[in-house]
Amino acid sequence: MPAFGSFALLLGLVLSGYSLLAGAIALRQLSTGSRGRVSPERLAETARRAGIGSFIAASCAAFALVWAAFTNDFSVSYILHHSNRALPGPYKFAALWSGQEGSLLLWAWLLSAYGFVLRLRHKVDVTLTAYASAILAGIQVFFFLLLNFAATPFSLVSGAVPQDGFGLNPLLQYPEMVIHPPMLYLGYVGFSVPFAFALGALMMRYPGEKWIHITRRWTMVTWLFLTCGIFLGAHWAYAVLGWGGYWGWDPVENASLMPWLTGTAFLHSVMMQEKRGMMKSWNVWLIFSTFMLSILGTLLTRSGLVSSVHAFAQSSIGSWFWAFLVIVLAVCTFTYILHRDHLKTENKLESLVSRESSFLFNNLVLLVACFTVLWGTFFPVLSEYVQGNKVTVSAPFYNRVAVPIGLFLLFLTGIGPLLAWRSTSFRSIRRNLVLPSIAALVTAVVVMFCGVHPWEIFTTNDQGSFYSWVAFSLAAFVVTAVASEFLRGAHVIQRHTGQNLFASMVQLTRRNTRRYGGYIVHFGVVVIFIGLAGHAFNQTQEQELGFKQSFHLGPYRIECLDYSQDSNSNYDTEFALLDVYRGGKKITRLSPELRFYTASQQTSTIVANHSTPAWDLYVIYAGKNPDTGQPIIKAFLNPLVMWIWIGVVIVAVGTGIALVPNMSAALASARNRPQDASAKENEMAAAGRGGD
Amino acid sequence: MRRFNQWLLLPMLVALTILTAGFADSGRRYDDLGHEMMCACGCGQVLIECNHMGCPDSGPMLAELRTAIQRGDSDNTILTAFQNKYGPTILAAPMLTKFNIVAWVIPPALLLIGIGATLMLVRKWKLRTVPMPNVPQEPAFRTLRDRIRRETEL
Repeated sequence: MPAFGSFALLLGLVLSGYSLLAGAIALRQLSTGSRGRVSPERLAETARRAGIGSFIAASCAAFALVWAAFTNDFSVSYILHHSNRALPGPYKFAALWSGQEGSLLLWAWLLSAYGFVLRLRHKVDVTLTAYASAILAGIQVFFFLLLNFAATPFSLVSGAVPQDGFGLNPLLQYPEMVIHPPMLYLGYVGFSVPFAFALGALMMRYPGEKWIHITRRWTMVTWLFLTCGIFLGAHWAYAVLGWGGYWGWDPVENASLMPWLTGTAFLHSVMMQEKRGMMKSWNVWLIFSTFMLSILGTLLTRSGLVSSVHAFAQSSIGSWFWAFLVIVLAVCTFTYILHRDHLKTENKLESLVSRESSFLFNNLVLLVACFTVLWGTFFPVLSEYVQGNKVTVSAPFYNRVAVPIGLFLLFLTGIGPLLAWRSTSFRSIRRNLVLPSIAALVTAVVVMFCGVHPWEIFTTNDQGSFYSWVAFSLAAFVVTAVASEFLRGAHVIQRHTGQNLFASMVQLTRRNTRRYGGYIVHFGVVVIFIGLAGHAFNQTQEQELGFKQSFHLGPYRIECLDYSQDSNSNYDTEFALLDVYRGGKKITRLSPELRFYTASQQTSTIVANHSTPAWDLYVIYAGKNPDTGQPIIKAFLNPLVMWIWIGVVIVAVGTGIALVPNMSAALASARNRPQDASAKENEMAAAGRGGD
Repeated sequence: MRRFNQWLLLPMLVALTILTAGFADSGRRYDDLGHEMMCACGCGQVLIECNHMGCPDSGPMLAELRTAIQRGDSDNTILTAFQNKYGPTILAAPMLTKFNIVAWVIPPALLLIGIGATLMLVRKWKLRTVPMPNVPQEPAFRTLRDRIRRETEL
């Protein structure tokens, strides 16, 4: 099987290399009008088929590695280091991405899979897809080169083959780890597609915005994958790492956030290009940057450039990634310089108070946020270069610098929908702002009386309370703005159809899924911000507990019912049984664990969490007092954490809705209704465009 | 009535500010300073959050921190003492000294410059009177753009 896998990788390299070369030659011939022995159309078709073939090759290689994991083939060095006989089946599958070489194979496989879909759907625009296919093939070549020559997943162990493997990192033996990396990679890799289309469109001086229309769903799906990947990672950190938090501003976490920020900026600014033919250069560079940041993120986790708890072992492949990044940047810059006249804007901003300028500011803030994260991530390297010593840039830096930027962005989320395209009159702004502003003010006062004291920033230098207070107030502002938009539109539908308000809102959403799906995404973002705002009020308590001993945390009393140990073939475990009381009434039983994995000789905490919308009671088994033999229990009371996960679900639902075609458009094409009926519907939908 | 409420709210806020001033107790300082430093064991976690089993450093470091707070040392003295003992990487964020100031200044400066530049750009665009460049106006193009606008109406 290792030989089969190695052969598949080599075949993948050959096929993607052919796809790149043949595709490039065919496109060159088509653009210059020259012809070789084979017609350019036929040559391009062979390139497309070779690209499809590269997916089959990559699939075979990935299958070979998974097969080796399931059959305990410890002659393969990668399997020896990332699996063992007692490892449960799903985690053997997860071994594919638990190490450097395997995760690169996953990158290559997902890239080939995206390429496969793109090449199958080539009829959407044959020439543009041919360009995108050749560019994707170029990226595939890089990854296949890495897998064949720098990070081979099928290298064999020298000498006698061990009976058992070293096992999977215990931190990765958690159900979410079977989903989180593929999700994140689907996000990272997925940005290759809009990147390839953007670069291809620029190379061929593609007229109009169709390339954006073609890639819109790709970009949104990719963005959704990245969003889910990031938050699954946050949930995994929260549930597994046992430090009571979900985001540590680790360089690897930052690496995933950077393309997400630029990708979000791109999703917003393309609307300006679609609607008004503006910001063409900006959009092209946004998607270029997003792709390059995805590569940079992959580089960060593998090069040892910055210290991270998540990073793979240091290796020499960092130089490969640097070289690739330089090539990508050079190609993008060269193509842009050559064709920048093609990207001239068709319209200009007419007013500072308009939807366009709100998008401009939204983009600015997202990019500054991205730069802040990039700056903080690389500042230790810069500091070492300038001062000769490394400094640490961790959570306190980001909390002080990035949080205000995030709050500004939240404010813009509320302002944007209230502004119309082209220009908004001050009367309209005043009318639209009244309700959200009142909601914000009322919330600001209410939360102050509920114990959020913003003045603590002056008295105790506690910024958390102040930022939380601002976040709650802005959340009310945005929710009211979004809700009033929905209600305004729904009332128009209600007047026309006589339906109830809820049915009208559903119909309104179905009429313009992109707009109202987007609002639902914004609502989800607000819910996430509310969850994040709770962080300022975390409480913690650590105590050694004997039988029937207890301690208090917030409204809870935690009593130790029992503590014991157990073992199975994969790990030994120590655990405590804790009864949790509130107001004298038992509400749940928690069982935090500490596991010792036999194969890897590593320990891992298994957190016990009682989650409610108000707070999480998060309990870890911190160890045993060697003198008394009693467990040490550490408990956290983390307010509003559940809101973060609920917010992510809302974001996913909103994105899903935005991906669905509009009802009127879908029905019109399906039923081929008369023109006047369709026009009437459009008129009704336009009537629901409050604020525009 | 509204004005009366506004005047009532202001003294209430001032009174609350005065009442809560100076309540930064040692437990709070311990927690805050514990979040300002990293654990020296190399786990990459903030000192007070280090949960790594059998960590040789976090326990003694937290004990040192508690002693320094009880001794009445200022935050700055404690951070400098830890920095001198464990090296500059022990601080979770750069201090406001020499080159490290750059770390704090650049992002907000960039935001301000960006806002200024955006405002100038909008103003320049608004003032510009030159005709727009000609763009191809094929019928298929216009139909497509109309469709996009219909579908993407925001």
